[in-house]
Amino acid sequence: MHKLLTEDPGQKMLLLGNEAIARGAIEAGVAFATTYPGTPSSEISLNLFQMSQESDLYFEYSTNEKVSLEVAAAAANSGVRTMCMMKHVGLNVAADPLMTLAYVGVTGGMVILTADDPFMFSSQNEQDNRYYGKLSGLPILEPSSVEEAKNMIPYAFDLSEKLKEPVLFRTTTRINHSTGIVTLGEMKPRVTKGDFVKNPMNYVTVPAVSRNLHVKLLENIEKALEIADKSEYNFTKGTGKLGIICNGVSYSYAVDGVKDLGIEDKVSILRIGFSHPMPENLIVNFLKGCEKVLIMEEGEPYMEEAVKAFAQEAGLTLPIKGKSEELFSRLYEFDPAMVRERIAKYFDVPCKPTVAADTSDVPEIPQRPPNLCAGCSHRATYYAVKKAAEGMETIYPTDIGCYTLGFLPPLGMGDFLVCMGSSVSTSCGFSKATDKKVISFIGDSTFFHSGITGLINAVYNNHNFTLVILDNGTTAMTGHQPNPGVDMSNFNLSGYGRVSIEEVVKGIGVEHLTIIKPYKLRKSIEAIKEALNYKGVSVIISQEMCTLYARSLKQLKDRSYYVSDKCKNHRDCINEIACPAFNLEGEKVTIDPVACVGCMVCAQICPENAILPIKKKTG
Amino acid sequence: MDTTRLIIVAVGGQGNLLASRVLGEAALLAGVPVRMSEIHGMAQRGGVVESAIVFGDAESTIISDGEADVLVGFEPSETLRAVNKCNSGTVAITNLSPVPPFTVAIGKGVYPELDKLRELIRAKTSKLIAFDAVELAKEAGNVLAVNMVLVGALIQTGILPLSAENVKETIRTKTKKAFTDVNLKAFDLGFSAAEKA
Repeated sequence: MHKLLTEDPGQKMLLLGNEAIARGAIEAGVAFATTYPGTPSSEISLNLFQMSQESDLYFEYSTNEKVSLEVAAAAANSGVRTMCMMKHVGLNVAADPLMTLAYVGVTGGMVILTADDPFMFSSQNEQDNRYYGKLSGLPILEPSSVEEAKNMIPYAFDLSEKLKEPVLFRTTTRINHSTGIVTLGEMKPRVTKGDFVKNPMNYVTVPAVSRNLHVKLLENIEKALEIADKSEYNFTKGTGKLGIICNGVSYSYAVDGVKDLGIEDKVSILRIGFSHPMPENLIVNFLKGCEKVLIMEEGEPYMEEAVKAFAQEAGLTLPIKGKSEELFSRLYEFDPAMVRERIAKYFDVPCKPTVAADTSDVPEIPQRPPNLCAGCSHRATYYAVKKAAEGMETIYPTDIGCYTLGFLPPLGMGDFLVCMGSSVSTSCGFSKATDKKVISFIGDSTFFHSGITGLINAVYNNHNFTLVILDNGTTAMTGHQPNPGVDMSNFNLSGYGRVSIEEVVKGIGVEHLTIIKPYKLRKSIEAIKEALNYKGVSVIISQEMCTLYARSLKQLKDRSYYVSDKCKNHRDCINEIACPAFNLEGEKVTIDPVACVGCMVCAQICPENAILPIKKKTG
Repeated sequence: MDTTRLIIVAVGGQGNLLASRVLGEAALLAGVPVRMSEIHGMAQRGGVVESAIVFGDAESTIISDGEADVLVGFEPSETLRAVNKCNSGTVAITNLSPVPPFTVAIGKGVYPELDKLRELIRAKTSKLIAFDAVELAKEAGNVLAVNMVLVGALIQTGILPLSAENVKETIRTKTKKAFTDVNLKAFDLGFSAAEKA
């Protein structure tokens, strides 16, 4: 049995934040869950996916976040407890349904989880999704710890049913990927079927209907405000005159900092866990008891703006500071020592600074950037495209996935990227606005997510570029989740359909379609050359399973290669494809037989044919 | 309860996350408050994996520069890279068997000399325990047991509020049955290596 289905209230378990959130959903009786995977949210859905295989929980990986939210919205309006989770930028994709779903509301509890990523550990931006609460009018809850995250999820479902609105649950990476001790609670029984009661004057958002719905939304925000003012998740710790208002992980750093500075008797901390609408009365009362206030929040001055506005309205003139050059930045994430030092500075109390080891005499340590894996098929495709395009002036729009790493030297394949699916649509723009040859790259999952509409646009508007679809049969970067093109028997699951990328591309009307097997370099290069010379939209589908995934499915025919004595140290292997299986031992190039998966790409480019298979020992 | 802060650095695939897990579960078993955080999005793509584990009464799950009480490095150059997490009172433990980053192979950087590396870490910390953990893992029966060798050495220092028996019990109950014996042997070998250091 999945550990998160354990029925033993009171048991203590060591859980990753994302596991705790999944457990919270199970305790809340969630019956319907949808997602598009994205770090740092991915393990929540992975655990729900696993649990759905041994319970009556419905779970699906949807094609993208917009689809995911719409699927979930229908379930929630059939009265079923529903959760939809995604990374922060995923909510941009789902913003269209989000904004009007707030007007329509829900009948069953609905929690929309957005996992923000301050410092951009694995994201293209560090946008602060609390503003989606303001923009949509929906309530926001934000936990400060792993244990609280688990407990807050059932509260979020109850709140959603009370207000008949979806609730935004905002985490940051340091909640999702922290681990803590969690006490299991009771599991509410799942209600997996509901009913949709027709009421077009509430559900069909033509202007006349929406004008009334907006009135209802504003009333709901007022109700939410009353609840926020009294919520157990907005609480005060301490009674001192020096005030701190904080949220999320900054609360942990504030508590530790105040303790380390020994000023617990001088400080009071207001922790905001229900952050939209901001609890106005609670904040004004807190401000009245303080001499000065420090606002501590990663990201944007979301609370600070509200608190200052409340103070102005209440005629309070005490100093309130948050984001400023000498205090907190809007950039990146906080850490405990930094928070401690800023508290001491603002409240003018002594702080013994931490003396970190002086590293000025440490020689430069070679970097260890993430890299395409040994034998990764993307490396082979990139090399083949690079060779085929030799002599052309090119622009390479790329997209989001492992293959983005191809932009690093020595491959250097990747010139422009803004979001999921942008490779295809930006190719349309680059090919019209410049005279260069445009060749773009997109993965299979990303193609289904948001590449298809761009390709339809390209055919319709008769653009001129080559799109390379890197089909490795999985959503690799986020941990090998399935996508509509994946054979679900790989997961020992039946009852799924399967969508052929080839048929989709043909159906869109692309007239030049080529399929390559990227490990066969010479043939691939020839085929790519032909596609590049086609005037109009040409598509190349490069098919080869992700090596990590193939290994996990035990489908990899491991046959390692070695560098024989024929090597004359041209080093094309290292300089042109830079597979991480290569090492330099002194001046000699060697291959790590454990890392090598036998893709044979290096063997095909070695000018001396010096790279040979290791003969398996017989007997 | 006093707070003890531990940083573990490793290269993807060295079993750092399992080591953290074992220490966390051992703390749970011993009734010691524990919080951890890790950055592991790119772990399988050859990047650095860092875990922070905070034992005792603290709310934070991350550790600022200069605030680690113990640093454990599974790879020597990564131990050196993480030395900014140490202060003059920190105890550092490092494996001495290098996994050179692939940037070295393509000529973008020079791997530090091991003697110099030891000297640098030793000068910046209160104590350095350095040995070839890969050798000991092999001796225990599986090269992948490097993580348990280093956990053994870490427990020997007595800095963490965890007993050897407690951690071994966790290894018995929380790691894969097929590897239990190897893991326990690896733990013991690491423990005695640290005694000799």
